[in-house]
Amino acid sequence: MSDASPAGARARLPLWRAAWVIARRDFTAILLSKAFLFFLVGPLFFIGISGAAGALSAQAVGSVDSPRLAVALPPAEGRAFAAAHAGLDALLNLPEIEVVEAGEANDAARLLADDARNFGAVLGGTLAAPRLTGTAERIESWSGRVALLAAEAQGGAAAGYPAVALEPTAATVASKRSANAATATAGLILLFLLTMLLAGMVMSNLVEEKGNKIIEILAAAIPMDAVFFGKLFAMLAVSFVGIAIWGSAAGAIVVATGVLDDFSPPAVGWPAFAALFLAYFAMAYLLIGSIFLTIGSMAPTVRDVQTMSMPATILQLLVFFLASFAMTDIGSPVELAAVAFPLSSPYAMVARAAQEPALWPHLVALAWQVLSVVVFVRFGARLFRRRVMKSGPAPAKPGRGWRALFARR
Amino acid sequence: METALSDPPRAGNDTAPSHPLAIEARGLVKRFGATTAVDGVDLAVPEGAIYGVLGPNGAGKTTTLRMLLGIIDPDRGVRRLFGHDDPHDIAGLIGYLPEERGLYPAMKACDAIAFMGALRGMALADARERGRALLEEHGLGHAADKQIRQLSKGMAQTVQLLGTLVHDPRLVILDEPFSGLDAINQGKLEVLIRGLAARGTTVIFSTHVIAHAERLCEGVAIIAGGKVPYAGSVDAARDRIPAQVRLETRAREGRWRDALPGDARREGDFWYFSLPATGIEPLLRALIEGEAGILSLSIERAGLHDAFVHIAGEAAARALEEDSTAEAGR
Repeated sequence: MSDASPAGARARLPLWRAAWVIARRDFTAILLSKAFLFFLVGPLFFIGISGAAGALSAQAVGSVDSPRLAVALPPAEGRAFAAAHAGLDALLNLPEIEVVEAGEANDAARLLADDARNFGAVLGGTLAAPRLTGTAERIESWSGRVALLAAEAQGGAAAGYPAVALEPTAATVASKRSANAATATAGLILLFLLTMLLAGMVMSNLVEEKGNKIIEILAAAIPMDAVFFGKLFAMLAVSFVGIAIWGSAAGAIVVATGVLDDFSPPAVGWPAFAALFLAYFAMAYLLIGSIFLTIGSMAPTVRDVQTMSMPATILQLLVFFLASFAMTDIGSPVELAAVAFPLSSPYAMVARAAQEPALWPHLVALAWQVLSVVVFVRFGARLFRRRVMKSGPAPAKPGRGWRALFARR
Repeated sequence: METALSDPPRAGNDTAPSHPLAIEARGLVKRFGATTAVDGVDLAVPEGAIYGVLGPNGAGKTTTLRMLLGIIDPDRGVRRLFGHDDPHDIAGLIGYLPEERGLYPAMKACDAIAFMGALRGMALADARERGRALLEEHGLGHAADKQIRQLSKGMAQTVQLLGTLVHDPRLVILDEPFSGLDAINQGKLEVLIRGLAARGTTVIFSTHVIAHAERLCEGVAIIAGGKVPYAGSVDAARDRIPAQVRLETRAREGRWRDALPGDARREGDFWYFSLPATGIEPLLRALIEGEAGILSLSIERAGLHDAFVHIAGEAAARALEEDSTAEAGR
């Protein structure tokens, strides 16, 4: 460097300060635009979609381990009941049964609490005077079929249908598991819809700069990576504003209607679940957003953006289906794969938060996702920089692969 | 970039400048696929100068400027701004107006200028205050709080230009700054450029209009087909072609005709020939002694246009003229 440098030379803004300049402009421009009002009423459509998704949720809940009936009758009556069940199972929609050991018969509470056996109710007493223990909803639902089976086990309808005594309990493992699955599914769908709704916005965000040539001013003044980061984080901040507003409105509705009572508290508890949900939303948003923004940088017009976004949208759907499938079997290889694959990891972990109380897996998953975000965003920014100005170094010079990915630009 | 820039710069074929250099470039090459957009460009722009990059559209002007700014990296060659190999090291000292003008349509004029200042390292509040002052100074104070979309094209261009200058740059790079401006605004821009240079700011601009370069620039780089066949002072470029003498005599014939240079040609009542290397005085003496009866004699120094034709060739000059005509027609 020669001495020709003017005193007090002013270098280009550092990456994060430049990203802040971009993010600040984008954030205020979006918030002050009329389009933001349309953005805020978007959830009206969202509610419609959620209704449809609710059906899927119910289906998913149904697919989670069906609760079984523990048969705790005297041994001979238990065998007769099982024979009656085997005979009628093909004709009626009967719950699965397990004839338990005689020693277990007097401890219905312990049977219902057995996480591994997934009992929805316990049948005690005798065939003549059966007693059904379980949650009120479950035993009311099963009492008719139990009476039928008891009558059949005693020699058929001619023997008369015995009156089934109902002993309701607070909850069973099965009902908890089913309710947690419902919460997990709801969380998963909400996360998916929010990400799909919000992350796609970043795609068209860049077309304005490309269309009105501001991109050249930006490229001359600040690192192109900063433009990428700034736009991504501005849209994330806008999304959080939207979520805060929608969340407040939804919270008011929930408090007023008590809808939340229909959902079992997630395994990690509501406060931790809410915090994890927001963290996973940010991760999911940054991961898919970096893909969308990269696509946006390659598209010359909004129409091209829409066309080019199709593969990314399909990828989002695949990720959602993978996470939905994986949540039905926590700990299975499929679920672990969904947790490990960066794009599906936030969804799978939200489902896990609803169903498993352990918090440490979330710390590990978040660390992994943060690392993935860094890789995705850096890679996206690199492609973005090359595509937007057709710039970048001559092909032979810089390092390639991972080293190039983290190289300072 | 393969070349080291260690020797004193000798851009083009002019003598090395005596002032410190704001811009030095040597052997800049940029290829886009199979096309070589810029092929070995050398430049040397002294600090405080007004410098023009003159050439037809597609000659490589914008690509050269983008390389100087660090928007794109050269495939080969080196560029140095105020002694810095990486233009980004002094991004805060540079103002850049791209050829394709662009501003956020929903932004207020004052905010647009402030945003451009913030991009160059200014605090937003300072940039906004300075933007307002600049708008007032240029007669656009009333438009400070208007959205860009509400301004006329000329006003929007002025806003962008002020955004280029808001951070008080030491080097201003303007890509086709006169493009799209009417005559009045072109005049204002010329005044502004001269004012910047008077304050010691280096101004380099690209143009395909020779008149702008001729009126404003101390130095020019003539660029055609990605190459720079000439870079140096405007005077030196014009001196590439000997001055033309136009002579009108009363006598048609006589011994005095033997004194005319070999390239003398008659067109109507006039003789045209290049000014002899020995000067006009010996010829004048011979004409008087030979009783040619001099009715008129004028010596016309070659213009930059003639120099351009001489240096870049007829084809490039034709392209330049076509661009200028198309620009005037817009």
